[in-house]
Amino acid sequence: MNNFGFTIKKTRSFNLSQADLRKAEALLREVPSYRKCIGCGGCTATCSARQFTDFDIRKVHNTFRRGQYDKLADELRKCMLCGKCTLVCPRGVNLRSLIINMRQLLTPSNETF
Amino acid sequence: MANFHPFVVPFVLGTIGLFVICGYKYVRWIKQFDRKQQKLIKKNMFSTRIFPAIKEMFCECLLHLRISKKNWRLGYMHRSIAFGWFLLIVVGAIESRIGTKGPFHFWCAIFYRFFHHNPPANGTEFVFTQLMDLILLYVLSGIFLAFVKKVHSRFLGMKRTTKHTVMDTTVKIALWAIFPLRLLSESVTARLYANGGFLTQSIGDLFGRRAAEFLELPCWSLYSIALCIFFLMLPFTRYMHIFTEVFLIYFRKLGLRDSVKMTGYTKFELSSCSRCGMCIDRCPLYNTLDINDVQSVYLLRNLRNLEHHQDILAAGKNCLMCHQCAEDCPVDIDLMSIRRISRDKGDTDMSDNYRYLDTVRGFNAIGRVAYFGGCMTQLTPTISESMKTIFDAAGVKYWHLDGDRSICCGRPLMQQGFNKQAADLRRKVSELITSSHPTALITSCPICYNTFKYEYNLPIPVYHHTEYLDMLIKSGKLPVKQMDTTFTYHDPCDLGRGTGIYEQPREVLKAIGQLKEISAEKENSVCCGMNLGNTVLSLDQQTKLRDKSLQILTEPNPDVVVTACPMCKKAFKHGTEANVKDIAEVVASSVRNVECRMQNYEL
Repeated sequence: MNNFGFTIKKTRSFNLSQADLRKAEALLREVPSYRKCIGCGGCTATCSARQFTDFDIRKVHNTFRRGQYDKLADELRKCMLCGKCTLVCPRGVNLRSLIINMRQLLTPSNETF
Repeated sequence: MANFHPFVVPFVLGTIGLFVICGYKYVRWIKQFDRKQQKLIKKNMFSTRIFPAIKEMFCECLLHLRISKKNWRLGYMHRSIAFGWFLLIVVGAIESRIGTKGPFHFWCAIFYRFFHHNPPANGTEFVFTQLMDLILLYVLSGIFLAFVKKVHSRFLGMKRTTKHTVMDTTVKIALWAIFPLRLLSESVTARLYANGGFLTQSIGDLFGRRAAEFLELPCWSLYSIALCIFFLMLPFTRYMHIFTEVFLIYFRKLGLRDSVKMTGYTKFELSSCSRCGMCIDRCPLYNTLDINDVQSVYLLRNLRNLEHHQDILAAGKNCLMCHQCAEDCPVDIDLMSIRRISRDKGDTDMSDNYRYLDTVRGFNAIGRVAYFGGCMTQLTPTISESMKTIFDAAGVKYWHLDGDRSICCGRPLMQQGFNKQAADLRRKVSELITSSHPTALITSCPICYNTFKYEYNLPIPVYHHTEYLDMLIKSGKLPVKQMDTTFTYHDPCDLGRGTGIYEQPREVLKAIGQLKEISAEKENSVCCGMNLGNTVLSLDQQTKLRDKSLQILTEPNPDVVVTACPMCKKAFKHGTEANVKDIAEVVASSVRNVECRMQNYEL
């Protein structure tokens, strides 16, 4: 590997070409508005669950999009589905729909993938 | 065998089939009632609740009074067919009981004229003959109107009618054929034996004798076959509502309600839907966005047939839950609950969530009212600020429950079919409120209000802030000044149709300024498009819905467009040049204008 004079922490690096993106692609099909996300973090800033825990919805949907589904199901259980994130989103992403669809895709009995 | 002819066989088979199939279905559904529903039935089965049930059965199943209120022609159409047919059966049974000679079979009543050839001998028989003709004419007028509705539905007050399946259309043709065939059969027999009334005799006399002899048996046979087809197909088509509605009214009067899952009671509701299509006309998704396959009538049909699994899911998701269809339903089916049942998330729904809410400590709120702004109010903080101004002005001690951190009431989860999670959340919030012992709960959000009122069993009164403001103003605790500002008021779905609060906000606004009437208000109010019930609509579609609603609100050119829901306010604010305010803000600005009496009142 080339040495550029800085390193990326091991834990944060992953190989996107080896990731299983089928669920992420299904999510984008179900919620097309998610393609517009610019990752501004408005959703996390307003999140009700965030005010009590370290629940970070931007982190959740970003990691989901990269195909890293571990532990996301438990994380998503913290969401109260109040919909403030949807209202503040500057790009009009339907976050409530996104969350519901992520949960359904992460349910073990959902055997599509 | 006396009083028998082979042509009655189809009718007899049809009738037996009808009762066997319906009986089987009803018994199966009753077995599927959940424990709570079974308990209620056992408790109330023979109570005095039967009498209002019988009254409603008569008024709705036969006279169709609710439909008459919407449009008298439509009401007449349904009444003439339902009540007319009922009379035809009852009066026919009495007439044939009196007149039949020889053994009496149940088909003798239906085919009385065929078996009883003697012209009316005495006054009673004469009266009965004429009466039966009159009733037949009554039913035929209904069939005629039904035909007119098929061609030109607007004449009967319906812009659109349901798209029916092949089965439904076939059975409808059979139903429409029954009465003209009966008229024809009786007329032909009347030509031969002169036993008809004013209608059948005069039509019969148009036939030649030989033609009548030739036609008699085919006509009666066709009449019997039409009845057979109708009876045998009835349990599998929309006409199942004829009998099922009777049971539904009875169970509803006993106090049964929908559960969160599909139960036998829901099955009764599904089959009580006559697919009249009255839920289509005012559905905002149809009116504004031309989405024509998600309305309640189609959802119920798919759920009942349990086919097109994907269709059920898609149709179930795409609904604003604005209560408009439930308001329009002539059978009064709990369409919102059925919609929620169709969204049941099953395995995705897990219990034991929201442990983090245990960290929220209660507050010693004895002698104070609890103010719950709701999540949406966090995004429109002027509403909670205005409420605080009002509380201070009226001298009410309050506790802002979700002031720094917002807690959800659980309705969004419930609406999306996460029933266990919603129950968890409700339990946590309920514990938080009851442990703090406030005197009352006031909320600014109609969504929360609806939930606190109907889903929580709080030991304290729950008010929406419109109700509370009305109480404060009327009792004189909140001095407001009459101004000459003009308002139009938007009824939020969950406050108006959801909980029936229409007058209080209007009273409040009238005390402050002038309220202008708009073209669609109270139960006809058009949803702002942002309702939490829908997760499928795109932003563009929501904007279209909002503009439709705003167009109605800004039509009389008011100074301020007032609403009582933070969600509606947020939706409207970005869509119009007009001044959009929540009712609390309007009252607060009026309060600031008068000198506040800073006295403490016990509430």
